[in-house]
Amino acid sequence: MKHRQYKNPVGVGKYTGLLLISPFIAGFILFTLYPFVCSFVLGMTDYRSAGTPKFIGLDNYKTMLSSESFRKALSVTLKYAAILVPLKLIVSLLTALLLNLEIKGIGFFRTAFYIPSILGANLAVVIMWQYLFTADGLVNQFLELFGASPVSWYGDPDASIYIIIMHRLWEFGSTMVIFLAALRDIPRELYDAAKVDGCGYIRSFFSITLPQIKKVIFINLILQTISALQEFNAPYMITGGGPLRSTYTVGMLIYDEMFKYSEAGYANAVSWILFAVIAIAVGLMYLVTGRRERNGS
Amino acid sequence: MKKLPVYLIMILLSAVMLYPLLWLLGASFKSNREIFSSVWFIPKSINFDIWKNAWKTVTPYTMGHYFANTFMIIIPKTIFAVTSSVLVAYGFSRFNFPLKRFFSALLVIGMLMPAIVKVMPMFLFWRDTKLLDTYVPLVFPALLAEEGMFVFILIRFFDSVPREFDEAARLDGCGTMKTLFLVLLPCIKPAVTSIAVFTFLWTMNDFLNPLIIIQSVEKYPLSLALRLSVDSTGQSYEQCRIIAVSVIGLIPSIAVFALAQKKFVSGITAGGLSG
Repeated sequence: MKHRQYKNPVGVGKYTGLLLISPFIAGFILFTLYPFVCSFVLGMTDYRSAGTPKFIGLDNYKTMLSSESFRKALSVTLKYAAILVPLKLIVSLLTALLLNLEIKGIGFFRTAFYIPSILGANLAVVIMWQYLFTADGLVNQFLELFGASPVSWYGDPDASIYIIIMHRLWEFGSTMVIFLAALRDIPRELYDAAKVDGCGYIRSFFSITLPQIKKVIFINLILQTISALQEFNAPYMITGGGPLRSTYTVGMLIYDEMFKYSEAGYANAVSWILFAVIAIAVGLMYLVTGRRERNGS
Repeated sequence: MKKLPVYLIMILLSAVMLYPLLWLLGASFKSNREIFSSVWFIPKSINFDIWKNAWKTVTPYTMGHYFANTFMIIIPKTIFAVTSSVLVAYGFSRFNFPLKRFFSALLVIGMLMPAIVKVMPMFLFWRDTKLLDTYVPLVFPALLAEEGMFVFILIRFFDSVPREFDEAARLDGCGTMKTLFLVLLPCIKPAVTSIAVFTFLWTMNDFLNPLIIIQSVEKYPLSLALRLSVDSTGQSYEQCRIIAVSVIGLIPSIAVFALAQKKFVSGITAGGLSG
């Protein structure tokens, strides 16, 4: 974030700004710092919700490493994120590029693509999604209409994850509008100059558009990765984690350990591991894109 | 004519995006059998009895009760979120203060922290402060600018308003707050609308927080009431009733989005995250 350096207005002390942002400081301490520290400490205890926490060091982490259900949940979550995130970014970017072609009716299309992203997380729509994929649901009805054989979405462990992936992909609108805003910010003169030099669409996409929106792609990549790795709502409501735990994410594991089995200590340890996985993923992306930037320029 | 393929793609994609929602609306008037036997969304006959039944719900309360509960959360939350994020963004955009870079970094870090780690400690916190099963845990965080994204968007909007506006206001004798309310706020109205609409929609969608915090059915917001209707009617029967409940539950979000659509979409497109 860049802040232009200006002097404070005459008569305004250096603490006025601090006073204005004080709600944020208090909120950060109470709702970010405190829960993160608390979670870390609880992760090293044996803590059933009713009793008192007992310090057991790294035992929770050892249990986790040897736990089949944790490994399965982690691999499901990683697979889910690895498929969903690139797919969603590509669809969002391609749609934004098409919308940016100055076609008529852009307002309608933009709204049509955006609506699922704001209603999609609503439980009502999540429930609808569940019905779309039943044996005789809309999706299978359409498949039969086009002569394809229906899929047993809830019975096939290889198919079930795609119910969730398609649900989240359907919500690509929020990512698309961010891309659209970035595309609008690219100075037109760059394209005009490229045209004069004889560049086609593809060429100017790779040598103008992509470098100009690199930063926004990175932001979207990080935001989508963070939210995909925490997936809870959709599998919880749509598939319940099944069949054979093929959609049972780490987010669901944490919820169950905490609220179903009252294993607060273990649940906190798992959530710290998830936090570490997210941090590593984001860190890797930062390193990879950073290196490319250095080499490129 | 060169753009014909583009239009075809756009129209096809719009159909994929919107058809499930149209289907949902149509299905809320259909019988169970019709729902799963036809891909066409328009019902053969309009049967409002399903809606009437759905409104009554399977609990002692009507949908009206759950709507009222939801608004008791949403209205204060929206006011708090807008007020606190505007003040914080104003501070970041217009003033110098000690450790400003440090706090800017915290703002970004806060946005990148995965929410799932916070769920349990906050549950224990609200349990120990005896505030479980009240709306305080759902509303109070908004007062402390909990949503870093909002602050981020507002900072961008504040930054786009020329400094000369503030200086002119100061020369006319406006203080810090008067400058904000009389001069700057009118300039960033689209962003403020966006934030209010986002708070509304996200709170309507919020499921995990109420699920953990609210225990008595009497206090359930719409999302939990909806889940209850799924759990208690069973999976195989009465899908039509559940779908009707879903459609009724979506009405506020659709209405707010439709009303604010123009300002809202232009607000996010202009504000975005670019830069």
